[in-house]
Amino acid sequence: MTRTRGEAAVTISGLVKTFGRFTAVDQISLTVGRGEIFGFLGANGAGKSTTIRMLCGILAPTAGSGTVAGLDIVRETEQIKTRIGYMSQRFSLYDDLTVTENIEFFGEIYGVYGARLARRTAWILAMANLRERQDSLTGELAMGWKQRLALGCAMVHEPEMLFLDEPTAGVDPASRRRFWELIYAAAEQGVTIFVTTHYMDEAEHCDRLALMHRGRIIALGTPAELKDGYMAGTLLEVRAEPVMAALERLSSLPAVREVALFGSALHAVVGGPDEADDVRAALDAAGIRVERLAPARPSLDDVFVALIEQAERGA
Amino acid sequence: MMLLRTWMIMWKEFRQIARDPRMLAVVVALPTFMILLYGYAINLDVRAVRMAVYDQSRSPQSRELVNAFARSGYFRVIAYPGNDREVTALLDGGRARMVLIIPARFARRLADGETAPVQVLMDGADSTTASTALGYAADILQQYSSHVALEAARRAGLTAPATGQPVENRARYWYNPELRSNHFTIPGLIAVILMMLAALLTSVTVVRERERGTIEGLLASPVRPLELMLGKLAPYVLIAFGDVLLVMAVSAVVFHVPLVGSPALVLALAGIFVIAALGIGLLISTVAPTQQVAMVAAVMATQLPTVLLSGFIFPISSMPQAVQLLTALIPATHFIRILRGIFLKGNTLAILWQPALVLAVIAVAMVLLSANRFRRTL
Ligand SMILES: Nc1ncnc2c1ncn2[C@@H]1O[C@H](COP(=O)(O)OP(=O)(O)O)[C@@H](O)[C@H]1O
Ligand SMILES: [Mg+2]
Repeated sequence: MTRTRGEAAVTISGLVKTFGRFTAVDQISLTVGRGEIFGFLGANGAGKSTTIRMLCGILAPTAGSGTVAGLDIVRETEQIKTRIGYMSQRFSLYDDLTVTENIEFFGEIYGVYGARLARRTAWILAMANLRERQDSLTGELAMGWKQRLALGCAMVHEPEMLFLDEPTAGVDPASRRRFWELIYAAAEQGVTIFVTTHYMDEAEHCDRLALMHRGRIIALGTPAELKDGYMAGTLLEVRAEPVMAALERLSSLPAVREVALFGSALHAVVGGPDEADDVRAALDAAGIRVERLAPARPSLDDVFVALIEQAERGA
Repeated sequence: MMLLRTWMIMWKEFRQIARDPRMLAVVVALPTFMILLYGYAINLDVRAVRMAVYDQSRSPQSRELVNAFARSGYFRVIAYPGNDREVTALLDGGRARMVLIIPARFARRLADGETAPVQVLMDGADSTTASTALGYAADILQQYSSHVALEAARRAGLTAPATGQPVENRARYWYNPELRSNHFTIPGLIAVILMMLAALLTSVTVVRERERGTIEGLLASPVRPLELMLGKLAPYVLIAFGDVLLVMAVSAVVFHVPLVGSPALVLALAGIFVIAALGIGLLISTVAPTQQVAMVAAVMATQLPTVLLSGFIFPISSMPQAVQLLTALIPATHFIRILRGIFLKGNTLAILWQPALVLAVIAVAMVLLSANRFRRTL
């Protein structure tokens, strides 16, 4: 079977998923290019997993259409399954099989056997650094190792695309870093990566991002585009004492569109850089000691907080 | 349909079963425990019924009659009440299940060649035992009276009694000559136990993957529902077959149930029966929301109909027409027919092909239905 494939690894148009009367995914559209690391961000319940499941062919869309690897996500799910690797949000390897047994199992059900299976097993054990634990029961491994093994099993049949649903949830920062090195390595091999996360630092690692909120995509672009373009206004970083009083005062100012606490500092969004002096004056007048008040380059966190508040006001 | 994938599912299940110690308990201890418990509890035999004798005759003849009761083995004389009040007390207190009252004129009447009535009082609270015991009592009285008639004739100088010879009822039971209820109930019991056990084994196998979240990896893979069902079924077919051997061995060794027919035929048809039962469990597993619900459903769906409607205890022929049709849908109905046929009568496949075919159809239907009901999506 030959098939002319476009450059897009994933296309989605007007995709909808409802559960009863609840709309989990609401008319989303996007395109993921081949070889991209595409990040899918959003709070719990935003609809990320639901979207990924529809793309992997294990959940039927209510409406809309899409393709994965050039194949239709409604009619050609069985072909899609052989071409992609999927790592579900919930650990889906068998705890009561050993590390190598899991690799063998998933290898063979994807049609990888014999010498190729031996080669892939060796590769996965090396990649996940699990050679010493290859005969341990999977349930006895620490979370970080389990997730590397799950990634390996998702790649056992050398898929052209990987769908990773919160692959680093609940592991320590060192393991998360290691895991992202593996994602980079896969991307370098030309594998398209579609990854969901709610860690902002991980979002920075992606080529492009979509921000999902209540089933809708409210922002789409590269991290730089999002920081520059989506921020209507100027971000001021404010360090003041007492901080809670400052927060209250700032949120009551008409010039301040949004204000949020980030660590020990406050981030306030105003119309332009020239409004900084008015803000400082207002804080001084309220008897709040301002240590620092200066325009800052927004982080993705700032952007997303701003975008979500914007979306909430619009809703 | 890829054999490799079916094979891998089976291989995985085997590993998981082998690593689950609870499984061993279910597979070995449960059937052994059940057959011993049920085998001893459901004993419909009537032996050594406690009886009292109010002998107002106190004659050699009356003593001879009482002896006949005692010798039969079905009755045990525990008391000789001396008046009606004591008789009532014995029955009320449940000490005696039956009282034989021999009137004072008993010996005289026999000697005069008259009919000599005796009275049997039976505690009817347990009607099954009561009617069986009453049957035995009637037999003993019948035998005694023909014995008396023969004696009288001989004394009258007749070599061959021309008239008045009592007609003896010579009914003979085939296949289970001693009417040992065990020989009748144990084959049914084998069906009941295997049915429940097999359905229980597979009832959790799919829903467990749902509960643990491993179903998502399977759904996202190229495994097809029928491959999954067959792969999950196969290891349990072997395990359930092991239980067939175990249960058969226990019933032979402990309950001495003789096998008249072919052991190979019993095992082959038992194999088909357990596949049907495993299929029912599998179907439950594909639709049940949790493992617990699945296990309860498996026990309910197999125990009640199997015990009540399969002919295990209550004869199908005495059920209402509509219920009789229903019994045909229950695998155990056919399997019990097969087992009783082979165990007691030595039936061959030439006679039993019909119930065997029905079992095979149920087995295939259950597996296909499970694959059909299994949602390929979350
Ligand atoms: N099978 C389902 N039935 C009903 N509601 C569901 C189902 N799956 C997900 N949801 C709901 O859809 C929303 C989105 O869920 P999900 O896609 O898992 O979000 P995320 O992955 O972004 O945390 C949630 O409110 C969730 O409760
Ligand atoms: Mg999720």
